[in-house]
Amino acid sequence: MAFEISNLWVKIEGKEILKGISFKIEPGEVVALMGPNGSGKSTLACSLMGHPNYRIVGSLQSAVERRPIISLDGEDITNKTPDQRAKVGLFLAMQYPVSIPGVSVREALLAAIRSKTQKLKNSKTQKDMSALDLKKLIEKEAGELAIDPELLKRGLNEGFSGGEKKKMEILQMRILSPKYTILDETDSGLDIDALKIVAKGANFMAKKKKTGILVITHYQRLLSYLKPDRVLVMKDGEIVREGGIEVVEELEKRGYQTAGKSV
Amino acid sequence: MRSSKNWRKGVIKQRVKVSRFAKIVKLDQDAVKSLSESYQLGHHDNITYDFRSERGLTEKMVSDLSLRKGEPGWMCELRGRAYGLYQKMPMPGFGDDLSVINWEEIYYYLAPTKKESKTWEEVPDAIKRTFDKIGVPEAEQGMLSGVKAQYDSEVIYGSLRKSLSKKGVVFLGMDEGLRQYPEMVREYFSKIVPLADNKLAALNSAMWSGGSFIYVPKNVEVGLPLQAYFRINAENAGQFERTLIIADEGSKVHYVEGCSAPAYSSGSLHAAVVEIIVKKGARVQYTTVQNWYKNVFNLVTKRAWVEEEGEMRWIDGNLGSRLTMKYPACILAGRKARGETLSIAMAGAGQHQDAGAKMIHLAPETTSQIISKSISKNGGRATYRGLVKINKGAKNAKSKVVCDALILDSKSRSDTYPTNIILENEVSLEHEATVSKVGEDQLFYLMSRGLPEHEAEAMIVNGFLEPIMKQIPLEYAVEMNRLVELEMEGSVG
Repeated sequence: MAFEISNLWVKIEGKEILKGISFKIEPGEVVALMGPNGSGKSTLACSLMGHPNYRIVGSLQSAVERRPIISLDGEDITNKTPDQRAKVGLFLAMQYPVSIPGVSVREALLAAIRSKTQKLKNSKTQKDMSALDLKKLIEKEAGELAIDPELLKRGLNEGFSGGEKKKMEILQMRILSPKYTILDETDSGLDIDALKIVAKGANFMAKKKKTGILVITHYQRLLSYLKPDRVLVMKDGEIVREGGIEVVEELEKRGYQTAGKSV
Repeated sequence: MRSSKNWRKGVIKQRVKVSRFAKIVKLDQDAVKSLSESYQLGHHDNITYDFRSERGLTEKMVSDLSLRKGEPGWMCELRGRAYGLYQKMPMPGFGDDLSVINWEEIYYYLAPTKKESKTWEEVPDAIKRTFDKIGVPEAEQGMLSGVKAQYDSEVIYGSLRKSLSKKGVVFLGMDEGLRQYPEMVREYFSKIVPLADNKLAALNSAMWSGGSFIYVPKNVEVGLPLQAYFRINAENAGQFERTLIIADEGSKVHYVEGCSAPAYSSGSLHAAVVEIIVKKGARVQYTTVQNWYKNVFNLVTKRAWVEEEGEMRWIDGNLGSRLTMKYPACILAGRKARGETLSIAMAGAGQHQDAGAKMIHLAPETTSQIISKSISKNGGRATYRGLVKINKGAKNAKSKVVCDALILDSKSRSDTYPTNIILENEVSLEHEATVSKVGEDQLFYLMSRGLPEHEAEAMIVNGFLEPIMKQIPLEYAVEMNRLVELEMEGSVG
């Protein structure tokens, strides 16, 4: 049981951005991924979720060709579409959530849940959620995340501020209750109160629901509220350092320049 | 509307989805050919026609038609004049190439039965089955004030609630209207859309058959909609229905038309003319759910004359047909008259929706609004063509035009041709236009939440249409949404 990435090489428009990324996240584990701008963090997030513009390629450098594999609790999702990945329990809270005019968060979530339970119905493990149940659940979560109820009626992310968008991502995450989740710079655009709320919610998911969390961030700020079990440092498409919370302090002091040296 | 339940019984053959997310090489498919699989009303009935004209059109056929129908001399003469104009006038120089229509192959008149039935029992079985499928009898019971069903050239069934006929509401097939109310028909027929308005209007005036005739007396409000269903059954058929609606002072009526045609390889022609007179303080709404099969040429002239404080509202949904050229118009003739058009167009493979609206302001304080939303996909083409004209003397006239286009892929096309002619100084005119593409980022976003690609795409499209759907009566919005979803299911990649 784990979210495992092995030997991931990714090209965008012919250019190699990720160069053989491997790591894994256990259920309930919080792993921080840090790194300077352009190191490939968001590319990794999008590739893991299956964005079509990010092409996963086989390793060319290694003498023995090792197939890139993304697997979730033993299921190989390397060639799956984003919705299939969502269905096996992966979630990406996006760095720049796009707006979808005329589609409320409730409509989107209802369709997502229906489509998920349709699959599960065959195994009779989950009851279908009614539209009303969902509405109540959304309102409850919105309350906890201090999201203005007016926003729930609007088109998704339509005219939302940066912080509102991020909170709406967390709301969706909490309702979809994934097994593993990626928070792609969720902290940027959040004020300190919102940051605490988001961290609290993520902590709850990790501790109580055993959600494995990959936190992508530039700053220490979020990590002081959402304590990572491990820290990965990425540079030029490679993971150059792996360690405990002490790595964060190290980075704060010395920056990314020397980050790779101790590997 | 209720009919949706029946329509759903039709078999939808799902084609193999080719997704851009699945990284499978796309196969070049003949998209148009495969369209018939997703069209639920694509069957045709084998019926023996009571009368079928020869292919093509001659002057004699025009006068024979009038004779056959036993019309008054003035109508026969009007048809003759219209035929002459039709022969002389040029094809419209905009929209799309109409020379691809094989005018000589068309049957210009097809009568399925001898007369209009008053009860469903009298309707021939084969025809009844089709209208059952469309949902006519069921809808009639629940939510309509009256129904007309037209099959090729003739109205084959009609009804009107007794409570309304007692109040003097008239809802007849146009031919019957002419028989029973010749004076009223003569007063208004071809006054709003003159014979020489355009070549297709001239053709309709020469060969018109069927359509609806409605009169709503002073201060009478018709609560539930009056609905007409138009069905082209025969191959190469021309349907030229003619509708005349007269809403007397202070009255109110909502007329709805839905159209379908079976799947045929060679195109059919639908050239209707609709004339509406909205008298002082009257309110008329005209809703169209056009779902012709994708070989039909739909060339329609619709126009309303709106008097003082009258209100005309066109809701025009164009989903079917190969080519639609239709620009519902309001002539705002009296002070404070209001005109509104909500236009929805969806153009898929092999389709061109050339739609829009015209608002002609003749009087002071007249207001108009045009909202157009178009979607093009799979190489389809959507064109907005609109005219706002504010004449000298139409002081303090106000007009607002909003047209938004959504393009779903790089093969598809969208054009906007707005024309504004302003001859008065103290007026206000707003125009907004947007063109957007369903980005991969939007699709990726919804898919990452667990929605399959086609559902995500349909959701984005519905979201785009939402502002306009909100303004449509619920049952028609539901129907329109369902048709949009069907269209989306039929889309490739």
